[in-house]
Amino acid sequence: MQRAENAMHEYTAAPRIYFIIFAALMILTATTVGVSFIELGQLNLTVALAIAGTKALLVLLFFMHLIHSNRLTWIAIAGAVYFFAIMIVLTISDYATR
Amino acid sequence: MSTDHAAPAHSALRHHFDTLDQQRDASLLGMWAFLVTEVLFFGGLFLAYTIYRMSYPAAFAAGSHHLNIVLGCINTAVLIGSSLTMALAVFAAQQGNGRNVARFLLATMFLGTMFLGIKAIEWTHDYEESLIPGLAFDAKIWAHEGMPPLEAKQFAGEGELFFVLYFSMTGLHGAHMIIGMAVMAFYLRPAWHGRYSRDYYTPIEGLGLYWHFVDVVWIFLFPLFYLVGTRGSH
Amino acid sequence: MSTAAIDSPIPPAEPRFTASRVNYLNVDFGVRSWLLTTDHKRIAILYLASITLMFVLGGAFAVMIRLELMTPEGDVLQADTYNKLFTMHGIMMIFFFLIPSVPAVLGNFLVPIMIGAKDLAFPRINLLSWYLYIIGGLITFWAILAGGVDTGWTFYPPYSTRYSYSQVVATIVGLFITGFSSIFTGLNFVVTVHRMRAPGLTWFRLPLFIWAMYAASLIMLLGTPVVAITLALVAVERIVGVGIFNPALGGDPVLFQHMFWFYSHPAVYIMILPGMGVISEVVSCFSRKAIFGYHLVAFSSMAIAVLGFLVWGHHMFTSGESVYVAMIFSFLSFLVAIPSAIKVFNWTATLYKGSVLLTTPMLYAFGFIGLFTIGGLTGLMLAALGLDIHFHDTYFVVAHFHYVMVGGMVMAYMGGLHFWWPKISGRMYPEGIAKVAMVIIFVGFNMTFLPQFVLGHLGMPRRYHTYADEFQILNVMSTAGASILGAGFFIPLLYFLWSLKYSPLAGPNPWGATGLEWQTPSPPPTFNFDKPPIVTDEPYAYAPKEDARVH
Repeated sequence: MQRAENAMHEYTAAPRIYFIIFAALMILTATTVGVSFIELGQLNLTVALAIAGTKALLVLLFFMHLIHSNRLTWIAIAGAVYFFAIMIVLTISDYATR
Repeated sequence: MSTDHAAPAHSALRHHFDTLDQQRDASLLGMWAFLVTEVLFFGGLFLAYTIYRMSYPAAFAAGSHHLNIVLGCINTAVLIGSSLTMALAVFAAQQGNGRNVARFLLATMFLGTMFLGIKAIEWTHDYEESLIPGLAFDAKIWAHEGMPPLEAKQFAGEGELFFVLYFSMTGLHGAHMIIGMAVMAFYLRPAWHGRYSRDYYTPIEGLGLYWHFVDVVWIFLFPLFYLVGTRGSH
Repeated sequence: MSTAAIDSPIPPAEPRFTASRVNYLNVDFGVRSWLLTTDHKRIAILYLASITLMFVLGGAFAVMIRLELMTPEGDVLQADTYNKLFTMHGIMMIFFFLIPSVPAVLGNFLVPIMIGAKDLAFPRINLLSWYLYIIGGLITFWAILAGGVDTGWTFYPPYSTRYSYSQVVATIVGLFITGFSSIFTGLNFVVTVHRMRAPGLTWFRLPLFIWAMYAASLIMLLGTPVVAITLALVAVERIVGVGIFNPALGGDPVLFQHMFWFYSHPAVYIMILPGMGVISEVVSCFSRKAIFGYHLVAFSSMAIAVLGFLVWGHHMFTSGESVYVAMIFSFLSFLVAIPSAIKVFNWTATLYKGSVLLTTPMLYAFGFIGLFTIGGLTGLMLAALGLDIHFHDTYFVVAHFHYVMVGGMVMAYMGGLHFWWPKISGRMYPEGIAKVAMVIIFVGFNMTFLPQFVLGHLGMPRRYHTYADEFQILNVMSTAGASILGAGFFIPLLYFLWSLKYSPLAGPNPWGATGLEWQTPSPPPTFNFDKPPIVTDEPYAYAPKEDARVH
């Protein structure tokens, strides 16, 4: 049996952090809606994605306990993001350079 | 080989694992690997969205303005709230508090149902406004003042693409929610009867990962569908 | 281990290995014990039977294709029927044979044993994988009976979404379900390799077969979901009548191609990597030598998996793709050939100063190395933009992928089946007939597909049931080769079945090979090992200490 050095750690989460993160997510949601009423041109999409990315990161780190997780989990997520990004970037490159 | 049989193995330990720790590590890694596949699964639709939004920004903005931002907002809060209750369910499982596990799972299911209910209301509105491709889609409402007919038809087609993606992606998301809630229902009884404790709460933990992922997908769907094209000026 | 076994490939039957010892095959009889099994070895056998059936079906379609192509006119089949045949040949062979073959049969059987585990991480999901495969297969089979599908296995819109009157949606449903079979198998392998290795089995002590399976599993996880959702969109477009890929309604058919090939190119590496894993095992065993450059071969498997996701645009050079992106994809396609080439060099270097034994698996390995090289080199030719303009949609492409897939992958599968047959069944196969069959297959294969390179070069397009008169001679040669090839494939089917009853029993290690799978009886007991193994040796520890570590 291989009990890897970097196996899942035992941790005890405190519920308090969940409520704090929930509040942060609500604030970010309100922010993104608010910003959408301001005319920023191309920046609107960037800001919206940045806020969404931040919210997603909060959910990943704290609700999904990524902050306590081992390196393999981080690599798995990085892998997913990387290949998703490849798919988007190379496809967009085709359309953008025709 | 680390198993000494001084104490009987935990009832949840499967025969092909040596320890509960190993089993938990494997189960959680399995769930994360599954979520990786889900990223790519939704990812294909996000790719289609990206290309078409890049190509048809005006039609996408027009389509987005047809959506009800208030209901979208409420739903976002509801779903994030359900993530909160899910996280609390996992915490309760770790504490061995079976009753709370069941209560928080029920709360999550309740919020999830609320989300789906609001979605149903939205989709009913969309039907009434003829915005559902294939079922009830009125190309004429897309034409602007003075738009030549060919351009209007094209614009309507682009708008239809927005809604195809809207219903596909929120529909797929909703299907994932239904499956998640069905699995939650399945775990209610064992949870209530004290099945889960610090030694073994892996199913709830794994379910939590899944549910939070569903939340993350919505976190991206919301701005991409509801917040396209500044609303203030309209 | 003893060196006596290496003096002759087939050891004499040793009476102390009796078939009455309890193993995974005879531990329980009855249909339920097979259909509800969670034993990875039994699931492997279930896959073996189903995959063989699919191969025969796909092969039957190929026979009809080659029959039609004996003459330039369309005199055997109508055009529509011909279109259905090459479509279904492709679908059966790619999705129902090649992609599952080594992973689902050899992988399922060997991965836990090779790492010293009792089973895969998720045995019930493993069984679910097989059922998804069967359900998907049955739905696709129904689609074939209900009229077939004629879009090509590539399902390009707008033909697939608007103009084809065939069973597109049903086939897509079948493939969608089968895709999840692949995903769950990959998931199982990845988690198993990470979390269930025996004590002492570090990553760089793993057999290269495991590295190859792991890399292929990563591709399964990352790529398959994309093709699933892509095909689902085609089905949605057909059913609902919207224009996701329809230019008249603002859609883009080239977007489909991007999404489709994002999976379908890495898919070819799902198909070939496990085969390469087999070759590493076979070549080292029958050279009595550790694989040359173990680390390089292991890293090459991972490099192929990663780079394989960066090259899909080379299927779209003539689709109106941006020239700049085409150049990038072309360059990346050249890069992805490098790790494959590294493997070929390393296998060859392993043979050098090795003690080569020409057993049947080794013959298949030789076949693989030569034919895969030809296929790979012609792939490089196709990756060159200027050449691809000329070769795209001709028989050059058809020959290229059959060289890598049949000359490469199927040979590897056959080699692997022969190599591990003693472990799987407890019996040896008849070596003499097996060698003859291999030669027949080799000759038949080359006779079928070598002419197709020439045909493609001369300009014969693919996916047409008629062709210009001057192409007939080469086509007849190709069909003749196909009949030899087809006959050749039947021979192993027969002797493997025959061997189950009449062949001498194999011991635990008839080849004198290294690896944990050879440390357990043949066939293995249900939980693989009587005592969990502890690994202390480096992999492929074939030679005694005085062996010249020339590398």
